[in-house]
Amino acid sequence: MKDLFAVVMLLGIYSLLSASFFVAMDAVDVAFTEAAVGAGISTLLMLVVITMTGRSEKTTRHKPWLALLVVVFTGGVLIYGTFDMPYFGIADAPIHSHVAPRYINESMKEIGIPNIVTSVLASYRAFDTFGEVVVIFTAGIGVMALLSVGRRPEEDEKTTAIDDSMHEQYLVIRIVTKMLIPFILLYALYVQFHGDFGPGGGFQAGVIFAAAIILYTMLFGLTTARKVINQSFIQFIAAAGVLLYGCVGIVSILNGANFFDYNVLASDPVAGQHLGILLIEWGVGCTVASVMIMIFFNFAGRKEMQQNNEKISNIEGESP
Amino acid sequence: MDIIINISGALFLLMGSFLCISGGVGLLRFPDFYTRMHAVGVTDTLGAGMILIGLMCYSPDFLTFSKLVMILLLTLLIGPTTSHVLAKAAMHNNLMPKLQQEDNIEETSSSNY
Repeated sequence: MKDLFAVVMLLGIYSLLSASFFVAMDAVDVAFTEAAVGAGISTLLMLVVITMTGRSEKTTRHKPWLALLVVVFTGGVLIYGTFDMPYFGIADAPIHSHVAPRYINESMKEIGIPNIVTSVLASYRAFDTFGEVVVIFTAGIGVMALLSVGRRPEEDEKTTAIDDSMHEQYLVIRIVTKMLIPFILLYALYVQFHGDFGPGGGFQAGVIFAAAIILYTMLFGLTTARKVINQSFIQFIAAAGVLLYGCVGIVSILNGANFFDYNVLASDPVAGQHLGILLIEWGVGCTVASVMIMIFFNFAGRKEMQQNNEKISNIEGESP
Repeated sequence: MDIIINISGALFLLMGSFLCISGGVGLLRFPDFYTRMHAVGVTDTLGAGMILIGLMCYSPDFLTFSKLVMILLLTLLIGPTTSHVLAKAAMHNNLMPKLQQEDNIEETSSSNY
């Protein structure tokens, strides 16, 4: 398939289907993450990439036999590996006998929140989650280092003129979006703070929040969006989220417990766990949302610069 | 009263499913992009709305009812907008409706004579 747009859409559909597959398997948290991250934001970011690289694949002379061979070989090895795994749904599989019983039996007593997935993610496995947040933060820094462009100050009158001329064309979708954005933001906050009780948490909330901002940027232009959300402010928030997460761990060390042991954060262990989970989820949400917005802004800024350069070169080409 | 609600709910559900199926048939059978989009856009909004109203008739408590009302409002806002944007994007990329293409061909061929 040569049309990259269709490929991206197929990937999105695949993510959405696997999300419904996870729902059928009763893994609602995973399904939510897959729908928000896999089908939502990554499709969006890949579409942004396509606007820069062009829509159709470059034709290659040679047939990619080597790549096909590698893919078939890897797939074969992976399938061979599954023969050693225990049968699906078997009761005495290692995954059910190792730490899972402790999580299921003791979570309510030790952590005191109804959603076990959140308690595993944010408390028992807090160090792993910290690693994930750092990975996302690193990705944001990487994109910024590669793609960030110095912007020349633009004339306000010109952008407002362009904005007004676009307004007629995008009237319907702009108005509907304006009506919807507050609800999307509110829903993101609900997902953020309701993660203790139902499916949700920092990752999904951050992605939904970022999606609302990106929607605004797509419809009202990069310059308008940059007025609403300052680039350096976003970078500050991204770093502050990771910092908040790490600080919770450091504070628990200073209080004489292990890294990310929230029991000592308050006088009552369960209250301490609640406080710790709330704080680190908040850190995760901040980092994820701002990194996603940052990545989108950098890609879109690159694209804008390309367009401006083309305009300038056209003008220069015409003038002599 | 219970019977009326039950029967009307069943009717709404039946009509909604019929509309959704007819939208699917339209998607497969219609000749070009715009007519297909029309089939899906109209039946999606109306069919999904009908099914939601039917489910509202069967909702056991107020919480479920209000959630369904919210989903209905969301569908009513988003469905037509996405169809509109889709059609606009296709028009923007110079995809002509099939009917108009044939007209154009006839016009150009007649003008040749």
